[in-house]
Amino acid sequence: MGFDNAYEAITEGTDDARWAFGTGFEDPLAGIDTTLPDGVDAAELATYCLGLGDDALIMSHRLQQWCTNLPELEEEVAIANIALDLLGQARLLLSRAAATSPGPGEDHLAFFRAEHEFRNVRLTEVENGDFGELIARLLVFSTWRLALFARLTEAADPVLVAIAAKGVKELTYHRDYAAQWAVRLGGGTAYSRERLAAGLDAVWPYVGELFVSGDAGGVAVDPATVREEFDGVLTQVLKAATIPVPEVPARPGVGGRYGRDGVHTEAMGYVLAELQSVARAHPDGVW
Amino acid sequence: MAEHREIRAGWPLFEVFVRSKRGLNHVHVGSLRAADAEMALRHARDLYTRRNEGVSIWVVKSSDIAASSPDEKDPFFAPSADKVYRHPTFYDIPEHVPHM
Repeated sequence: MGFDNAYEAITEGTDDARWAFGTGFEDPLAGIDTTLPDGVDAAELATYCLGLGDDALIMSHRLQQWCTNLPELEEEVAIANIALDLLGQARLLLSRAAATSPGPGEDHLAFFRAEHEFRNVRLTEVENGDFGELIARLLVFSTWRLALFARLTEAADPVLVAIAAKGVKELTYHRDYAAQWAVRLGGGTAYSRERLAAGLDAVWPYVGELFVSGDAGGVAVDPATVREEFDGVLTQVLKAATIPVPEVPARPGVGGRYGRDGVHTEAMGYVLAELQSVARAHPDGVW
Repeated sequence: MAEHREIRAGWPLFEVFVRSKRGLNHVHVGSLRAADAEMALRHARDLYTRRNEGVSIWVVKSSDIAASSPDEKDPFFAPSADKVYRHPTFYDIPEHVPHM
């Protein structure tokens, strides 16, 4: 879409497509052929999309909580943009999960599931820290997710391929944004270095879980296969930031079960309380 | 903390120019604060191209722009008003020539 100047785009009112997820809140997969190709197991695909969708939904919520709290107006908009990108990814992935079987739709998945039914990794849900922690978390999350999505563009389900292809461009920017800030904080003052290092230490216990192979079989990218790329990128960024790669032990799961298995940290209940309260108070509300 | 505040308050102002499509000029769309040009480009991307407005962004430090001053308005611009021969109004433009 082109406009003669930036303001035409704002006032031009006929095309909803340029909004992040439309103004009408219709099914984001409307008009797309969602039939399953041969050899793709519906339950496996739904579970897998749910995991990736929940990652985006909960991470987006944590980023939204930064609104009005960031140190600069410009960063405020940057983080809100990233949160909105992830919300768009969550909608597509939850819709894909919903479309694989007759059952509750995207909204129901977001607002009416209980904590143990959420499949997001624990990295996304833990309590927000300071700006250093935000950058550390975003760097880890977007590096990992970009590596996954890049491989998903060769997945068995064409809808998932399309969602991944769209996400790759967004995540590339998210990673760039976080890496820029990591290098800046690392090379800044003694205080900024300390905050970034502390942020990395805070998120590092949740890194190991990102690469635990799940049970989604042939529809998924085995996360173990992106560990090498993740380590390579993080090493490169942290080297530029002159911050050592953290050596913090992983936070164990419960009996070998993690976020992907529906086992969450104590922070998750508070996230969901905030995320779901309005929808639950007004179950058929429309506005 | 006072030291950090000082550093933040020191972020210089940048002017942002966005080209909306190939063939058009970069147009001034606004200004923002950033620590350096690299950061200003990213901020500009987030602030001014969120709705698909751009294919290219320029940023330049506001302090690097030399501007005419309002006091010089008359000597700068008034003399051109009465020189009608500077305007290409003495011939007809064919109908099939656009953008004139």
